[in-house]
Amino acid sequence: MFDNVKIVYHQGKQFIPNTATAKIPGIFRGRPVISSEKVNETELVDLCPVEAISVQPVSIDLGKCTFCGECAKRFPNKIRFTTDYKISTNERDRLIVKEGDENLIEVNPETVRNEIRRIFGRSLKLRQVCAGGDNSCEMELNAANNVQFDMSRYGIEFVASPRHADGIVITGPITENMADALQICYDAVPEPKIIVLVGTDAISGGIHAGSSALDRSFPDKYPVDLYIPGNPAHPLTIINGLLDLTRKRKI
Amino acid sequence: MNYTTIVNNQTIPVSAIPEMGYEEFIDLNTGFLTDSPEKHCVNYFGYPFGSRVKLICCIADDSTHQIQVSSCTVKSDDQLDSFTARNFNFEKFEREIHENFGVAYKNHPWLKPVRYAKNRFDKSQTIANYPFFAIESDELHEVGVGPIHAGIIEPGHFRFICNGEQILHLEIQLGYQHRGIEQQFLEKKKLLQRTTLAESIAGDTVVGHTTAFSHVWESLCGIKASHDMEYARTIALELERMAVHTGDLSAVCTDIAYQLGSSVFGRLRTPIINFMQEWGGNRLSKGLIRPGRNQFPFTPELAHRLAEILDIYEPDFLEMNEQLFQLPSALSRFERTGVVSYEDVLSIGTVGMAARMSGLNRDVRSSHPFSLYSELNHEPIIKHHGDVYSRVQIRRQEVRQSMQYIRNLIANVPEISGNEPVLGSLNPNSFTLSLVEGWRGEICHCAITDGQGELALYKVKDPSFHNWLALALAVRNNEISDFPICNKSFNLSYAGHDL
Repeated sequence: MFDNVKIVYHQGKQFIPNTATAKIPGIFRGRPVISSEKVNETELVDLCPVEAISVQPVSIDLGKCTFCGECAKRFPNKIRFTTDYKISTNERDRLIVKEGDENLIEVNPETVRNEIRRIFGRSLKLRQVCAGGDNSCEMELNAANNVQFDMSRYGIEFVASPRHADGIVITGPITENMADALQICYDAVPEPKIIVLVGTDAISGGIHAGSSALDRSFPDKYPVDLYIPGNPAHPLTIINGLLDLTRKRKI
Repeated sequence: MNYTTIVNNQTIPVSAIPEMGYEEFIDLNTGFLTDSPEKHCVNYFGYPFGSRVKLICCIADDSTHQIQVSSCTVKSDDQLDSFTARNFNFEKFEREIHENFGVAYKNHPWLKPVRYAKNRFDKSQTIANYPFFAIESDELHEVGVGPIHAGIIEPGHFRFICNGEQILHLEIQLGYQHRGIEQQFLEKKKLLQRTTLAESIAGDTVVGHTTAFSHVWESLCGIKASHDMEYARTIALELERMAVHTGDLSAVCTDIAYQLGSSVFGRLRTPIINFMQEWGGNRLSKGLIRPGRNQFPFTPELAHRLAEILDIYEPDFLEMNEQLFQLPSALSRFERTGVVSYEDVLSIGTVGMAARMSGLNRDVRSSHPFSLYSELNHEPIIKHHGDVYSRVQIRRQEVRQSMQYIRNLIANVPEISGNEPVLGSLNPNSFTLSLVEGWRGEICHCAITDGQGELALYKVKDPSFHNWLALALAVRNNEISDFPICNKSFNLSYAGHDL
C-alpha cells in the first residue's frame, strides 16, 4: 500500500495540461512552409518518394507526404517543416500546402455536418479498424489515450464493438484482404456515424499507393469526415483534429 | 563442397551458390539441423527462374558465425518430398513456396495458405475460405476472434477449439495486412522509396528493418557504412528495444488488470520515443536510418540529453518492476502460464525472445554480430521456463542491458566522418543476406540482383514468421482467459508477417 503511494508520488504530474498549446521538443516534422525561392523544380519533384510535391506553384500534399523530410534537407531555404502539429482537417484540399502559404491547416466549420457537433460534441466513441497499417499509427492512437495525452478527458474513447461506436477510425492503406472486414464493421456502426482516416497510408495509400494488393474503394465510396495526416500521426494531431471536428469551440 | 559459406552482410555472386538435385538438396539442409541446436534455417525461399522456380536455402550456424547457402531448381508442378516431414523448422517456408509457386509437397503435414499474397499461385483460394482445423465432438466448442480485435491492434483471425474454459487447440490465420511489400521493392525504383518501404514493414521495428535494408543495400553497392553510422544504428536499435519492452510490460499489466503497472510503464515509454523524435523528428524513428548516410548524426548534445533521460527513467522503471514482481496476484498470472518447452521451440525454430524464453540461445547480436555488436560482447539473456514469467523477465532484464549498452556507447561519441560514400549501382548477379536482432528477434533480409544490377528479388523475414506458431502452442491447455497475456507477452507482428 505505502509502496504504491510512493510509486504514484514518484511519477509526478504526467498529464499534458493543455493539448492545444503543448510544445513539441526538439525537431519535429509538422506543417511545412514553402518559400518563394527559385529551385530546380524537376529535382525537387523527383526527390519525393510518394509524388506529394507538385509545381506551379510548388505545393506539398500532406495526404501523400511521408514526412521523411528529404525535401527540406536538400532545399532548406525552400521547404521548412515547422513544429505545428495541428494539421488535421475535414477537407482533402486543405491538406495541400502551397508556396508562400503560411495559413494554418484547420477544420472548416462551414462544411462539418450539423449532426456531428450536435450529437458528438460532448461524447464520441470510436471503433478503430487497422486495414494494413504497420502498427505505427495504431501505437500513436493508443498513446493518445495514455496518462500523458489522456484523450478520454474530452469524452473521446475507443470502444470494442462497432455497435457502441459513433464512427470508425481507419489506419493503413486498406488491403484487399481486409476490405470485406472493414465494410462489415462500418455497416455495423449505427447512424449517424463518422469516418476518420489516420495517417498518410489511410488517406492516400502513402508509400503503398499503387500496390495491386490494396483495395481503395472504401474511402472513394463514402464521405470522409476527418483527415489526420502523419507517418504516423502524432497523438496531439489526433486529439486536436477530433476536438476541432466535434467541438463547438472557436478554432 | 555442395554449399557455400558466407557471413552476415556478405555479398556473393549468385553463381557461387552451388546448385544440386532435389534429393541432395533436402538431405543436405535437413542434415544440417539434425542434433544441432546452434543451427537453424534463417531463410528458405523460391523465386522465378525462367519457367522454373529456384529455391535458395540459408542455414545459420551460430557457433561458427557462418551461414551455409545452397540452391536447387524445380518445376512448379513438381511433386516434392517435404523438408518439414523431417524437420519442422521448414514448415512455414515450404507453405510459402507452395502458396507462391504451386510447388506441391507430398508429405507436408500442414500445407495451408500463409498470407494470401496478391501474386499467389492459386487465386481460387481466398482469405474468406481458410481451411480451419476442426474436431467433431459434442463436448467441444469453437471460439472465433478477429480479424478485428477489441483493442487498437492489427488484424488477424484466431480460431480456438475449447473444452469448457480450456483451450485444446488454437489456429492463427493471417494475411489481412498483406500490402505486397516484397513486390513493391521491385516495382519502386528510387532508393528513398525502398527505404521508406523498409520503414513500413513493421512500424514497431522501424530501426530493425531499416538497418537490415541498409546493410543489404550497402553490401550490394560494395561499400561499408562508416563507424559513426553504425554507432547511430546501434543506439537506435537498443532504444527501440527499450521502448517496446517498456510498452509491452504496460500491456501485460493491462491484461492482468494491474492499473498502476499499466499506467507507469505506459508513461515510461514516452520519454524514450520522445527522445527518438528529438533526435530524428519522428517518435517511431521513421526517417532516421538511411543506407550510406548518417541522416541525423548523434551529437555530444544528444548524448548529454539521453543520459539525463535515462537517469530519470531508470529509478522509476526499477521501482515499478520491483513492485510488480513481488505482487502475488501478478506472479500467479505469469508463472506456468503459456508454457512452450525447449523441445518445441527447437523443433519449430523460433527466434529471438521466443527462443531465449525456453533456454534456446538465439541472438544475432552475439551469433552473427553486425553494426557495433562485436565490440559490445553481447551476452544474451536466457530464461528456461518458457512461460509468461520468462518472457516478461526477459523484457525487464533486456531493458536494463540495453540501458547499459547505451550508456557505454554515449560515453564516447565518435567524430562524424562527414565523407559519406557514394552509393553507386548495385553489383549485378549478386546475392546478399543481412541479419539484424530486432527487439522481437532475428530479422532476415535477402536480395538478388539481375544482370543489369536491378533488384530481381527482395525477401523479408520478420521474426514473427517463426514465432506465431509458438503462441499457438503456448496457449494449449491454458484457460482461454489467459490468451490475452500470452499474446501480449509475445507481442508478434501481423504486418511484418503479412508483408
